[in-house]
Amino acid sequence: MQSTLFHRAAVGLMSLMISGMAVASDWTERSDHNLRPGVTAVSQEVYDLHTTILWIVTIIGLLVFGLILISMIRHRRSRNPNPATFHENVFLEVLWTVIPFVILIAMAVPATRVLIQLDDSSDAELTVKVTGHRWKWEYEYLTYGDDNNIGVSFMSNIATPPEQINNPVLAGGLFPYGTAQDAVGKEFPEKDKNYNLEVDNPLVLPSGQKVRFLVTSADVIHSFWVPDFGGKKDAIPGFVNETWAKVPEGQEGTYYGQCAELCGKNHAFMPIEAEVVSQAEFQDWLAKKKEEAAAAPDLTPFADLGEAMELGQQTYAGNCAVCHGNNGEGGVGLPFAGSDFATQEEHLEEHIHVLIEGRGAMPAFAAQLSPRQIASVITYERNAWGNETGDLIQPEDVYEQE
Amino acid sequence: MSTAATAHDDHHHHAPTGLKRWLFSTNHKDIGTLYLWFSFAMFMLGGLLAMVIRTELLEPGMQFVDPEFFNQLTTVHGLAMVFGAVMPGFVGLANWMIPLMIGAPDMALPRMNNWSFWILPFAFLILMSSMFMSAFGAGHPSAPNFGWTFYAPLSTEYGPASTDLFILSVHMMGISSIMGAINVIVTVFNLRAPGMTLMKMPLFVWTWLITAFLLIAVMPVLAGAVTMMLTDRHFGTSFFSAAGGGDPVLFQHVFWFFGHPEVYIMILPAFGIVSAIIPTFARKQLFGYASMVYATASIALLSFVVWAHHMFTVGMPLAGTLFFMYMTMLISVPTGVKVFNWVATMWRGSLTFELPMKWAIAFVILFTCGGLSGLMLAITPVDFQYHDTYFVVAHFHYVLVSGAVFTMFAAAYYWLPKWSGVMPNKLLGELHFWSSLISVNLLFFPMHFVGLAGMPRRYADYALQFADYNFWISIGGFWFGLSQLLFLAVCVLCALKKGEKAPAKPWEGAEGLEWEVPSPAPFHTFETPPVVK
Repeated sequence: MQSTLFHRAAVGLMSLMISGMAVASDWTERSDHNLRPGVTAVSQEVYDLHTTILWIVTIIGLLVFGLILISMIRHRRSRNPNPATFHENVFLEVLWTVIPFVILIAMAVPATRVLIQLDDSSDAELTVKVTGHRWKWEYEYLTYGDDNNIGVSFMSNIATPPEQINNPVLAGGLFPYGTAQDAVGKEFPEKDKNYNLEVDNPLVLPSGQKVRFLVTSADVIHSFWVPDFGGKKDAIPGFVNETWAKVPEGQEGTYYGQCAELCGKNHAFMPIEAEVVSQAEFQDWLAKKKEEAAAAPDLTPFADLGEAMELGQQTYAGNCAVCHGNNGEGGVGLPFAGSDFATQEEHLEEHIHVLIEGRGAMPAFAAQLSPRQIASVITYERNAWGNETGDLIQPEDVYEQE
Repeated sequence: MSTAATAHDDHHHHAPTGLKRWLFSTNHKDIGTLYLWFSFAMFMLGGLLAMVIRTELLEPGMQFVDPEFFNQLTTVHGLAMVFGAVMPGFVGLANWMIPLMIGAPDMALPRMNNWSFWILPFAFLILMSSMFMSAFGAGHPSAPNFGWTFYAPLSTEYGPASTDLFILSVHMMGISSIMGAINVIVTVFNLRAPGMTLMKMPLFVWTWLITAFLLIAVMPVLAGAVTMMLTDRHFGTSFFSAAGGGDPVLFQHVFWFFGHPEVYIMILPAFGIVSAIIPTFARKQLFGYASMVYATASIALLSFVVWAHHMFTVGMPLAGTLFFMYMTMLISVPTGVKVFNWVATMWRGSLTFELPMKWAIAFVILFTCGGLSGLMLAITPVDFQYHDTYFVVAHFHYVLVSGAVFTMFAAAYYWLPKWSGVMPNKLLGELHFWSSLISVNLLFFPMHFVGLAGMPRRYADYALQFADYNFWISIGGFWFGLSQLLFLAVCVLCALKKGEKAPAKPWEGAEGLEWEVPSPAPFHTFETPPVVK
């Protein structure tokens, strides 16, 4: 009886596998099941290679499982009470060593060809340096055609609002920490279609031109991955890795990616958004960015504490809260609320300095925030959450130190 | 076999009762039992952490834990399973079975055996203490949060204070493993019964012998890696820090030079177990014994030249990448030989499907699935897409859970009659098997899909297109986790001697010296070596 049960279940499992194979044929259409074919020539090649190999291993698998199944049915004791006695067969053993070897060579040839193609990042028209930070990406446009001195760079932060991400269901209790305790019991907004994929400043790229990415990191290892461009490359501090993509004309659009190497707390929250536009649009965009970069920094002083606090709160939420907590309670970074650092006069100079230069795990913000923003956020940290020092830091104070 | 009188004597001299029996034990059976219970406890603890992970991933958004705590969960889950559940589990089986299989009275170095076990609970106490402090302590100081692979500089400049606890505990685990390995090698080389030539040894002994050499070769490399971390963190060196002239990629090379052989350390003994069980229930000799031995040795040798396939995306030169791709693909040849040999052993046998056989067949099929996805991962250009996604998570859970862990269940059901003297409860065992088989696939198979679709691993939260599969993966996870309580019940019943009494040889097709001693195996066996024809 036990055997009958096993028999039935085995047949059931097998038919499940076969029905799984039927689904396999339309995997190609559905990106939530299968590898994405992507938009570049290389990503399509990678996809084709994946499909070929998936079929090879599926057939090998079915062959092996089929033999096991036949044996389980035909060679069970009730049907075959007297076991055979053979225990070796040189011909068979040589055969199943040589055949897999031949299959492997058949797989290695196209794999080598695609790999060589992927490796060739020469003759790029645009070069962008991609720097991983905890937890955002920085894009610096280095060369475009003959222009070797673009000087355009910016930070790209996740744009999904924290209210969509933080939906805590436990008020204290089992895991009583985190920066989202204040959101317990609140109603949460619905998540956007591109939840966890959108950014504030996307990477803008021209279509029809080869783009070379120089990938590096400012802190820990990250990995730059836009699946539709055909692969990922690690961003390693002290190393500059190369990868490239050429999105054909007519395939303009937005392509999403994610960090693919564990980099700490917000590893899951540093998406990549690449906006591919026509060459004309790209040139316009680049010209505008160059103009912005050339302009002198805005050093207009704050009229009063209130004005500084308002900008400071925005800046804090977008750049600091992730480590220092929504309410300055600390976390990965130091706490501000009631701390000596944020309330004592003697630490003011140091406070400004650390924001500009960074210290240890605290990144330098001089390149990503304007003097006005830095001044406002220091003012905010020294006056919010009951700190009430009354310190008002002006953009000029920060600019002097830079 | 000993007479009643000497058995009585031994009882006085070598078998104290109570806590002392276990604390001071130099008996391979007692130490084996300790290892097995420890391994099972770690399996349940690591499983509990995994279930918290799956609770968080049930739906998009952060509902239960902080992303920082999530990273601690994945890290400690991995460490507990690799170093706490799988490795000690196989050492426990080696302790119990190797002396019985080769006709030795005990392990060759019994006191060292005691020490290598008793280091482990303390090593894990140190590691786990950081997890408890993080969850319940004041200020919630972070537990290790850099993944079980602890890549620099995330674990060096950016590691939490508890990284030092982690380093100490890894050192202790390494010492324990090395001593265990020395013991296996010395026992196999010196204590075989007369006539038990190397090529007559059961495959479990062979695979463990080769595993032991792998352990001795690579555990010191792991110790080196964590020591370099320690000096980078506290003594001003810059092995892994680019700012000081060091190299973060060096860390990965050193780690995976340990890590890839480690993968085979966790699967070779499994091959040995399956090679014992399938012939028993096929009532037919193992097909291709010699080729099994040679295939195991080739896998072990190849494991030293494939490590960089874990790090194809770090930007190696083309020639290096090609070398590691070809070598990795080559591993599928000896692995394929093994699978074909098992199928050929079943072929035209006289099969019955008792519990150990069910687990063994499930292993062959599911391990093959894991092996085939491994072959896909070896193809470098496609690996650039698969790397660090859930596809990889699916792959290594297929080979480790439905691979290594399933064979440990197979081994337990196969040898529990010998260990305890009673047959494992059939009804609970059947429930445990079917429940685990279905849930393990619900848990790990859809991970292939979300991985291919682009979900990176070690993500505390994910984009919306991954939501449906993640829900079912979590359901599979809770189901698989709870199913293991059935196995706990089976083991407790056996330990309490509740069940049908087992004969010396409960499986009619079984062969080997372990079935020549009574069930349960007496405290001392083979004091006079048996003669093997």
